[in-house]
Amino acid sequence: MEVLVATAIAAMTGAGAYLVLQRESFPVVLGLAMLSYAVNLFLFSTGRLVVGQAPVISAQATGYTDPLPQALVLTAIVISFAMTALVVMLALGAFLERGRDTIDLEDDPEARP
Amino acid sequence: MNHWIIAPVILPAVLGPLIVLWGRFDMLLQRVFSGFAVGALLVLSVVLFVSTLDGQTQHYALGNWPAPFGIELVLDRLSALMLVIVAALGVLVLWHAIATGWDRKGWHFHSLFQFQLMGLNGAFLTADAFNLFVFFEILLIASYGLMIHAGGKARLAAGLQYVVMNLAGSTLFLFALGTIYATTGTLNMADLGARIAALPPGDAGLVRVGAVLLILVFALKAALVPLHFWLPDTYAGAPGPVAALFAVMTKVGAYSILRLSSIAFGAGPATDGLMEDLLWPAALVTLAIGAVGVLGARDLGRLAAWSAVASMGNLMAALALPGGAGVAPALYYMVHSTFAGAAMFLIADLVASRRSEGLGLHPAAAMAGGGLLGLMFMAAAVAAAGLPPLSGFTGKLMILEALTSRPEWPLAWAVMLGGSLLMVVGFARAGSVLFWKERDPKAAPAGGKTSADIPADPDALPAEAEEPRVQTSLPAPRALSLTAAPTVAALLLLAALSALAGPALTWAEGTAAQLTEDTRREAHQPVPRGMGAPLEIPTGHGEGGH
Repeated sequence: MEVLVATAIAAMTGAGAYLVLQRESFPVVLGLAMLSYAVNLFLFSTGRLVVGQAPVISAQATGYTDPLPQALVLTAIVISFAMTALVVMLALGAFLERGRDTIDLEDDPEARP
Repeated sequence: MNHWIIAPVILPAVLGPLIVLWGRFDMLLQRVFSGFAVGALLVLSVVLFVSTLDGQTQHYALGNWPAPFGIELVLDRLSALMLVIVAALGVLVLWHAIATGWDRKGWHFHSLFQFQLMGLNGAFLTADAFNLFVFFEILLIASYGLMIHAGGKARLAAGLQYVVMNLAGSTLFLFALGTIYATTGTLNMADLGARIAALPPGDAGLVRVGAVLLILVFALKAALVPLHFWLPDTYAGAPGPVAALFAVMTKVGAYSILRLSSIAFGAGPATDGLMEDLLWPAALVTLAIGAVGVLGARDLGRLAAWSAVASMGNLMAALALPGGAGVAPALYYMVHSTFAGAAMFLIADLVASRRSEGLGLHPAAAMAGGGLLGLMFMAAAVAAAGLPPLSGFTGKLMILEALTSRPEWPLAWAVMLGGSLLMVVGFARAGSVLFWKERDPKAAPAGGKTSADIPADPDALPAEAEEPRVQTSLPAPRALSLTAAPTVAALLLLAALSALAGPALTWAEGTAAQLTEDTRREAHQPVPRGMGAPLEIPTGHGEGGH
């Protein structure tokens, strides 16, 4: 299980890093989403991968899984979800204003002869 | 437990939504609420600042959960100083934004402003690494909104870059926190320090990786080379008052590095000396590149932004000294560079609203009130470049003296003094072109249009793209006496800081002593933790849980 999770995180991080380095804003947004999935999974696994154990104190429990990373992941998911929505809107706004879908700061080729 | 500690976070957090919900269509109401909030914050932070002067560290357990389990706010002399800086800068920037009418040019300026203050105050108060991340996100989200306030093509493009860069940084932050938590099992900063000191040698590598990732994130915020590339475009593209407020954003990075290096990564073989090794070369290169940027800038906004980069170089060079030798000068310089940078951006904004050719450094028609503005620019330039009599000089002097504790100090002195010289030349060139070289309005424009021109006034955009406007048709700016007052106040603060350099340095030395002391004293006993074993929960934690 550890190998599977680690491979998934690595693949998503790699894909995310590649996409973030693109010039058009759409792949960049996709890359950021991919990176946030990877980091959520990574955070989740920081409490060690434990199957079938209780996260809260109980008399019957034979062992525990760490509840803190689960709380951290919830926070991170909320933030990254909101940020993805924001960056999509912003990219759309920039595209409509400039007529181009790139995230560079070069001047408009048409506007300046 | 002193409940006022959390008030600097609560107050803007309550007033921000209130401004949106209640005063959405009433600019006067928004201004009253916002003004009340920053005024109250200033009083509050000064009271808290005075309460820390006895050297006691005050703890505030959120929800009354005991420290390593619950999140804790800590008020010591350093965080109190940062609160005062934020509140004072907030007053000045808000004053400027209202006086120049910037807050009318888009939606929700005031509520975003409050959320920005909330995030900043929270980041300076928290003693929990993950909570630091959350407050970072709050201040960043607010800054995204402020950055693209009033819109415009160039600003949206710069804003998109800024957002993407910071989102990547946040992801890195989470990776770093995850690595550190997986190795040490805690996120409380003081607890982290104790556990890293007692770490088995096998885990040292992992903690080191996590620590370096964290430093990278903070260096990104602090605009250290090679992570500085976002700053000039962002600051030059942001609205004037927002750029002035952002002068404290780079300091959040510097503060976080200082806080974590003193309390969490200070002790133990795993992370010992890590900060110094990484930050020292980066700081010197930042300083050099910032100075060259000041010399090469083609408009005033970028000039101010590059001088902010150079000042971060100075600051980090002092922070990177071994054993915290440079912390006291760095704190003094941090106060100075925040207000000097803010004054420079506010002046750039005043110039942009009066000059026929925006901020481009080429001759233009004479502007109204150029004399007074020129004088203010000179004062700000003197402060930023580090010439006497303003506080930049005393600050740099203290840093130069502290640098001698490193064997490579001649190199550092050369970089610092050479950088100062370049900045003096750059500022002098910019000032003489802006305020002295007048062009006859009827003659053909001298000097091409710079590609970097970002007019601060979005209304001026359509005319900009076609032909250079020979006859100016700027909307009549407000009287200079009204709009320049906050900038003059910032400059007076710098003068006061210079006059009171002695007491300020004594205070800063006390703060530095408190920071190093904390590292030794605050070490909690590590709480036993192992997977599969029942966690030990201290009794008496439940009273605040409901």
